Amino acid sequence: MTSATFPSSPPENQSWNRYFGFNTDAKVIGIQYIVTAFFFFLIGGLLAMIIRGELITPASDLVDRTVYNGIYTMHGTIMLFLFIFPVLNGLNNLLIPTMIGAPDMAFPRLNAVAFWLVPIFGFLLIASFFVPGGPAYSGWWSYPPVSIQNPLGHFINGQGLWLTAVALSGVSSIMGAVNFVTTILRMRAPGMGFFRMPVYCWTALAAQSLQLIGLPALTGGAVMLLMDLSFGTSFYEAEGGGDPVLYQHFFWFYSHPAVYVIILPVFGIFSELFPVYSRKPLFGYVYVSLASFIIVGLGLIVWVHHFFTSGVPQWMRNLFMVNTMLISVPTGVKVFAWLGTIWRGKLRLTTPMLFCLGGLFNFVFAGITGVMLATVPVDIHVSNTYFVVGHFHYVIYGAAVMGIFAAIYHWFPKFTGRMPYEGLGKLHFLLTFIGANLNFLPMHPLGLMGMPRRVSSYDPEFAFWNVLASLGAFLLGVSIIPFLLNMLSAWVRGPKATHNPWNAIGLEWLLPSPPPEDNFGEHVPTVISRPYGYGTGEPLVEHQAEIERQLCLQEAST
Amino acid sequence: MTATVHQPPDHPKAEHQNHNLTGFIIFLCSESVIFLAFFSGFALLKTSALNWLPAGVEGLEWRMPLINTVVLVSSSGTIWLAERCMAKGNLVGFRTFWLVTMALGAYFLYGQAVEWSGLQFGFTSGVFGGTFYLLTGFHGLHVATGVFLMGLMLVKSFIPQNYVGGEQGVQATSLFWHFVDVIWIILFVLIYVWQRS
Repeated sequence: MTSATFPSSPPENQSWNRYFGFNTDAKVIGIQYIVTAFFFFLIGGLLAMIIRGELITPASDLVDRTVYNGIYTMHGTIMLFLFIFPVLNGLNNLLIPTMIGAPDMAFPRLNAVAFWLVPIFGFLLIASFFVPGGPAYSGWWSYPPVSIQNPLGHFINGQGLWLTAVALSGVSSIMGAVNFVTTILRMRAPGMGFFRMPVYCWTALAAQSLQLIGLPALTGGAVMLLMDLSFGTSFYEAEGGGDPVLYQHFFWFYSHPAVYVIILPVFGIFSELFPVYSRKPLFGYVYVSLASFIIVGLGLIVWVHHFFTSGVPQWMRNLFMVNTMLISVPTGVKVFAWLGTIWRGKLRLTTPMLFCLGGLFNFVFAGITGVMLATVPVDIHVSNTYFVVGHFHYVIYGAAVMGIFAAIYHWFPKFTGRMPYEGLGKLHFLLTFIGANLNFLPMHPLGLMGMPRRVSSYDPEFAFWNVLASLGAFLLGVSIIPFLLNMLSAWVRGPKATHNPWNAIGLEWLLPSPPPEDNFGEHVPTVISRPYGYGTGEPLVEHQAEIERQLCLQEAST
Repeated sequence: MTATVHQPPDHPKAEHQNHNLTGFIIFLCSESVIFLAFFSGFALLKTSALNWLPAGVEGLEWRMPLINTVVLVSSSGTIWLAERCMAKGNLVGFRTFWLVTMALGAYFLYGQAVEWSGLQFGFTSGVFGGTFYLLTGFHGLHVATGVFLMGLMLVKSFIPQNYVGGEQGVQATSLFWHFVDVIWIILFVLIYVWQRS
């Protein structure tokens, strides 16, 4: 009788083929997203290696200057639209349904379509390397007038493919966002009110709301740019009465919030992991949850700080400077909550915890330079220099990507049923942390000294810091090797994982590893308390002891 | 001890079907931002342009668009009547009003096409032509989508028992149609009423 009441045992020997076809199971789609994203991560990373290889000497000697323009444009575009958004959507697919006790996403087919658009626009973007004139070369923001020039006159050109890919990426992300928001709003387990939701779900809800509000503006702006480029309209062309700054508004109205789309789920990951590895409840759960939505509100009204130098009136500069600085309040609340969580906790320095601590350190640093950049005088001084590049990479690689690695190590056992190796994981952390800081810290002095971004040659006086940065970049390149080795070998023959190897609290840890296709199926447990009850002894769901006993029995019998 | 574990009333699969309307409303909110972007872009370009109208263009004729406005606004009324008939279980009434709405939508598209064919400027005639065709074209695309969705719902109404107990597809289509209507009113004011720069 007992075996019939609780989720069936983990599916045995499911075919590997399901990862290569149109599958509507969110857990399969999640892994498809993550693996695809890391494929593109390797391509984007290779481009970064070429950039840093070029910059290790002051002369422009490794690649041609025009090729260099294409390489940094594609590096940024690939890393954002083909690595970081897909990898986060992958985590959303794995975590949201299991964390809220839903059998799947609200719209499983839409979910699969959204995923399959990723390889399609990825292919379009990569194909632009092979068209006459090469890929887009106007930087990842594609400002007109550079981006509406088509010197060779081909209808199919790098910039056109770039715009098509970005528009498709927008369509895919909107499909994903509609799905995630509906799932979180409508499919939570009985008893799981909003203030019993794990913080990851709060941050995913906030981030996906930003996608829904911001992305249409970018998509609309990109369509208008494509028309200027390919059909001869003049929305952004001053000669025909258009305004190039209008594009900057459209672009940053989405692309600034996009940074929060990236960092908010990482805040969610920090909020999930610090309590597990400190054995304490999350400090200030309500404030951490609500801060996400304050960040959403403020994040939508700061976009002009990206172009203080583009002839913006002074009142607008002041307004957007103040708005930008205000964001440090809700983020500060979160940082203090995490510190309060770690404070006097029983720390376990596992690989995921190390990545979280390293990510938090880098995030605080990036936050400080962020406030500096918000200040109009400083911003005008360092605008378009390596200071901006350094700040940005601290946020994205130093904080966000490290948080994503933490999440991957933490939830790997849940979704593969295998444990990753700690030794390789710690080596990966060490190389990443040292590499990231060695790579991105020297960019700050370079920026303050006035080295512009997007150049392939520079004054010899900048050489010292550039050599350091390049060495750091190569270290980051090497750091991927233990990671890939770890993931592949652990997935194939790592030690079997129990249902809750980290002794964590959450609905996903009350499922077998890996979970069955419909998660809890019809037996969704009723949530009776807030998440993160570490050290309180309070059960999360009704009949928790019974559920756990059955999972242990199941594990003992296999 | 085991009988207490399961919760049959919250059967997830049964609940699964009922999220379409929620998802669609969320999508519409998102879709409205793209119009907001186009409208604010239009206003910004218009207020900052030195020569708004291209050489030889006097301005826009407003009679045809005004008729179109009346047509579209009244179609919002007929689709509401159709929905009411559906709620009362009157399938024949639903189909009648639904068809009338479709016809009004089709007439709107016809009127738009007639207006376009009589204009002496094109898509590439400066920023004036560009924004005009972009806004009316993008809105027209939504009208066409609405008519198509209505056709789909009409066909589905002939499947026996399909619409017993309400149908989210009809509600969603009707919501979409009201949305298209509101967008048109804003568009009409922006493009045809606000002609002087």
